[in-house]
Amino acid sequence: MKYTVDQRGYYGQFGGAYIPEMLYPNVEELRNKYLQIIQSDDFKKEFQDLLKNYVGRPTPLYHAARMSEKYGAKIYLKREDLCHTGAHKVNNTIGQILLAKRLGKEKIIAETGAGQHGVATATVCALMGMECVVYMGKVDMERQRPNVERMRILGAKVVPALSGSMTLKDATNEALRHWINNPTDTHYIIGSVVGPHPYPDMVARFQSVISEEMKKQLQEEIGNPFPDYVFACVGGGSNAAGAFYHFLDDEHVNLVGVEAAGKGVDSGESAATTALGKVGVLHGSKMLLMQTEDGQVVEPHSISAGLDYPGIGPMHAHLFETGRVKFVSATDDEAMKAGIELGKLEGIIPAIESAHALAALNQFEFDKDDVVVVNLSGRGDKDLETYIRWGKY
Amino acid sequence: MKNRITELFAKKKGNILNVYYTAGFPALNDTVRIAQALEKAGADIIEIGIPFSDPVADGPTIQESNKIALDNGMTLHLLLEQVKEIRKTVSLPIILMGYINPVIQYGVEKFAKDASALGVDGVIIPDLPLHEFEEQYKALFKSLNLCNTFLISPTTSEERIRKIDAATEGFIYAVSASSITGAKGDFSSEQVQYFERLQNLKLKNPFLIGFGISNHSTFAKASQYSAGAIVGSAFINLLREAKDISADVDAFVKSLKK
Ligand SMILES: Cc1ncc(COP(=O)(O)O)c(C=O)c1O
Repeated sequence: MKYTVDQRGYYGQFGGAYIPEMLYPNVEELRNKYLQIIQSDDFKKEFQDLLKNYVGRPTPLYHAARMSEKYGAKIYLKREDLCHTGAHKVNNTIGQILLAKRLGKEKIIAETGAGQHGVATATVCALMGMECVVYMGKVDMERQRPNVERMRILGAKVVPALSGSMTLKDATNEALRHWINNPTDTHYIIGSVVGPHPYPDMVARFQSVISEEMKKQLQEEIGNPFPDYVFACVGGGSNAAGAFYHFLDDEHVNLVGVEAAGKGVDSGESAATTALGKVGVLHGSKMLLMQTEDGQVVEPHSISAGLDYPGIGPMHAHLFETGRVKFVSATDDEAMKAGIELGKLEGIIPAIESAHALAALNQFEFDKDDVVVVNLSGRGDKDLETYIRWGKY
Repeated sequence: MKNRITELFAKKKGNILNVYYTAGFPALNDTVRIAQALEKAGADIIEIGIPFSDPVADGPTIQESNKIALDNGMTLHLLLEQVKEIRKTVSLPIILMGYINPVIQYGVEKFAKDASALGVDGVIIPDLPLHEFEEQYKALFKSLNLCNTFLISPTTSEERIRKIDAATEGFIYAVSASSITGAKGDFSSEQVQYFERLQNLKLKNPFLIGFGISNHSTFAKASQYSAGAIVGSAFINLLREAKDISADVDAFVKSLKK
């Protein structure tokens, strides 16, 4: 079984490039050039240098002793929350801005949900002196206010998306419209493993540094590069793609994707795509998508803005369909409790997205020798208002 | 079996007016009445939009009409019933235009067959990839005598335009600018150069110019370089304000064609 993208841009039946003609030349240019650029020595050198000296990689793989005791397994946290800007998102934006420069682009656009991808994009634009416009749903601008101001301090223009549910899906629509209107000088930095081919593959490659480091660190720590489990939350799926990437062909490593169940999978207010979705096309690729019988996209719900997306990217849809990755979900309440628990047990307040991955741990029965890696995709600073509102700590 | 689109283009070589509107807008059952009014007013092609929750190639006007139509309860199944009703009185070519996801949920092949059987002459699915159409649906469309129209834009290469031309039956939809849909002012000199470039390619298919056609001046100018033009957002704006659909549509079409 092959889990990475094929020659034509598909993962099994998923993927492809379902885009209006106005976007075709841009996407085709990327498709023709991305591999050659990102595999060139000059690109690799600059990318690795920035990951090390600017982002602060490698991020630690931390043995969480008190969590381990509680869950009866050897629990390790991959500390993506310690990346500069506070989440894994920056791994991708560094890669894409270096690519955009080599494509001769002058302006950058992005969508954002939690604001982490927006901040990571605004950051690399400041670094490279490029103009930056970030689309963000109006609802998300309210619930992730600190990130809106961070983007502004970094010099980005934040434009509210006022259509639909005014969350991540709608911000993505607006960014695509902006790209249609500005087809020559602008690169669109998509923030997850979604969008038309080659985006899902490109973003997964930039994020794959997460599992590359995990393997090295596990080898040093326990003398074996393979864990028994890897857990990651799944919005569009970029941190999970990065955390799973170098284990995909090692079938003895159990890979677990955790989706946001919102108020419960059957509550009508959920973002658990594998449970509720069907094959569909949104934002340029064939994926699993929450939708009505008539093919209208259903508005998702999650307390976490970064998981509030009605689909999962094509790579994950394929990993779900083939059974290579087990998908489970955690509710708003379960995630909030798990986030607060990590604060109390380990002194780490996680992003609410990442707290979903932690919340799934008690759905599994581990052996005490099992090595379990949880990808801690981001830190909770941006979520302080939500934690405070939730209370109960 | 005849196709009304190819018949029209065989007979009429210029000033073809294709009018787009969203099914189920402003009111759910206006779809039929608007088609009848367009035929009476002298439009040449009726292009009916299948509403979608996430119309990424559309500007605010058509986005809003999609949302209102969906709130009214519009679906693709219902649209096909309305087409059946339209065909009782209307003989103009009918095109259904929409994003691919609702069509996938209906079943692409079933959609092509049902639409064709009800009297639809062509479809426009802007996010259907060319290679997928050629490999999976082209033969079916041909057997049903159903036209499929692809879009081209100012950034589409000549090589690709020729490929699209070869895969097309009926006409090509030339998007007038690198933009989403929306009514705008007059054409720029770059746009005119692009129209001339298209004209000089001597394609096998005629092309209609769409996006930004809003009045007599832009319709007439576009028609100088092409077989005619497509009006969308400007017509949606009219429908939103219309007091008497029949009279207002009549006045609108006449003002475009003069
Ligand atoms: C900290 C964090 N984790 C996870 C996600 C979800 O995205 P993805 O599934 O692409 O990793 C986000 C998105 O904003 C995020 O900020």
